[in-house]
Amino acid sequence: MPLYNEPSPLEVRVLSKRFLLPNSASIDTYLANEGYQAWRKAVGMTQDEIINEVKASNLRGRGGAGFPTGMKWSFVPRNSPKPKYIMVNADESEPGTCKDRVLMEFDPHQLIEGMMIAGLAVGSQAGYIYIRGEYRYLIDIMDKAIDEAYARGWLGDNIQGTGVKFEVRTHTGAGAYECGEESALLESFEGKRGVPRIRPPFPAVAGAYQCPTVLNNVETYCSVPSIILMGGASWAALGTPKNGGTRLFCLSGHINKPGVYELPMGFNLMRMINEVGGGMRGGKKLKAVIPGGSSCPVLKADECDVAMDYDSVAAIKSMLGSGGVVVMDEDTCMVKAALRIMKFYAHESCGWCIPCREGTTWLRKVLSRFHDGMGRRDEIDMIGDLSKSILGRTFCPLGDAAAMPTIAFVEKFRDDFEAHLDGKPCPYENASQLVMA
Amino acid sequence: MTLSPQLEARFQKILSSYPKGRERSAVIPMLMYAQDEIGSITRELVEEVAKRTGIQPLQVDEVIGYYSMMHRKPLGKYHVQVCTNISCLLVGGEELYEHACKKLGIGHKEVTEDGQISLEEVECMGACSWAPAVQVNYDFHHFVTPEKLDRLIEDLRKVKGT
Repeated sequence: MPLYNEPSPLEVRVLSKRFLLPNSASIDTYLANEGYQAWRKAVGMTQDEIINEVKASNLRGRGGAGFPTGMKWSFVPRNSPKPKYIMVNADESEPGTCKDRVLMEFDPHQLIEGMMIAGLAVGSQAGYIYIRGEYRYLIDIMDKAIDEAYARGWLGDNIQGTGVKFEVRTHTGAGAYECGEESALLESFEGKRGVPRIRPPFPAVAGAYQCPTVLNNVETYCSVPSIILMGGASWAALGTPKNGGTRLFCLSGHINKPGVYELPMGFNLMRMINEVGGGMRGGKKLKAVIPGGSSCPVLKADECDVAMDYDSVAAIKSMLGSGGVVVMDEDTCMVKAALRIMKFYAHESCGWCIPCREGTTWLRKVLSRFHDGMGRRDEIDMIGDLSKSILGRTFCPLGDAAAMPTIAFVEKFRDDFEAHLDGKPCPYENASQLVMA
Repeated sequence: MTLSPQLEARFQKILSSYPKGRERSAVIPMLMYAQDEIGSITRELVEEVAKRTGIQPLQVDEVIGYYSMMHRKPLGKYHVQVCTNISCLLVGGEELYEHACKKLGIGHKEVTEDGQISLEEVECMGACSWAPAVQVNYDFHHFVTPEKLDRLIEDLRKVKGT
């Protein structure tokens, strides 16, 4: 089996339709299975027609923010004399998320074609794939695919004799969650420390080298070829209103069949856990779910009967995020979960903005003390208040990403915090027997 | 600084990837690929990269201080990285890391006496659905148990003898 987990019969394979084919990463497999046909179609369309098709698809950014992709592309100034760049955010680092990995590993040409179509839409002739340093094997896979595409005339000065030019290169990161934030990614790409830029101007106007830049997540670009081939409206119809298509959900935690599964937008979360994920491990009770990567406020079990699209999850004050669905059973200590996540943000804060740099470290210390049983009752509210004073006071969303889940942990699982007061050891520490995979 | 022919070719390829006048973009890729070959980022390398990209060595230094995969001191020949972030934590990542510490007799960011193996507790590496996960250099290992980790480490020790 080429994949890392068994496929589910409930999957709707659009982006992952070639994953199960032999040599799915090769250009021959790609060309024999609709590969580069979307670019052929797009090359006969005007820039507006391509952008309108993407708008009609209701594709929203798969990195986490969910911004409408077609609209983002339309912000790129057409009359700028500067070169324009297509930048891929392959710095996948949001805890709980491992989908861009499989998209690049099993179908690298789909990403290249998505970039090429974005290039046609905004008039760009060059693209870069910023891949996190830990994903070196994927850089090798992408480099090989890029070489194949050049050799077969699908990249270069005169693609398939059409006179269209498009170049693609990979670019390695070096270990920094912050570089998944678009403006920090651009700084890092330019060879600097990955600290965020003030915005506006947004990358569409002043991105790489201060030139107009389209910056999207891997999965967002990978969605584009099928949108062009199917038509935006048909692609949109796969999902729910304003939330087009399918997306790759990464199921992890206390479930029987963790894995990456492609499901329609709006798929019910309880069905995702029970039918796709095979239910709770060891028959345990569901306690909580982080619906879209560690930045997203945790959901209590009774909130999980929800359609997994941007608007439905936002309506219950969380976020669909990057598609990382982390499932936690009744034996999970929420203080420990909050602490581990805060430890991450404190480590990854770039230090540029004081509320984030100091706030995450302070919260890590308080949560650590709490988990050791040294918490005080009045500090439970302080954890929430401290988090709220980071919110909205930083250049980039990392501060918010640390604060939002913490506020939710305290509000929704206050009992867990109260169980750690007055020198009491963590009540879960001995209760939960380690279950190894 | 004399580079191996492979590294020289890699540097040329990296430098040619960016528009003219934008050579600074090559700093991080050059440091990463050179570190893989040399074992760490040396003073000599900092100066070489600065020279080739047309910036000050200090500007290279400030980059190195920022990124967690850049090291001024050599790691072990095999760098064992155990993830303990949320998805791995839930299925035994923390216990796995503690097991690795005991097995190797070293802690976070330490190297065994023979210089062969180093250990690091790392943040999310993108293997959440196949947790707990370990990376040895750039190779991923999924659904790792303490027993599986023992075998992995023993295999790494065997390679040393050959």
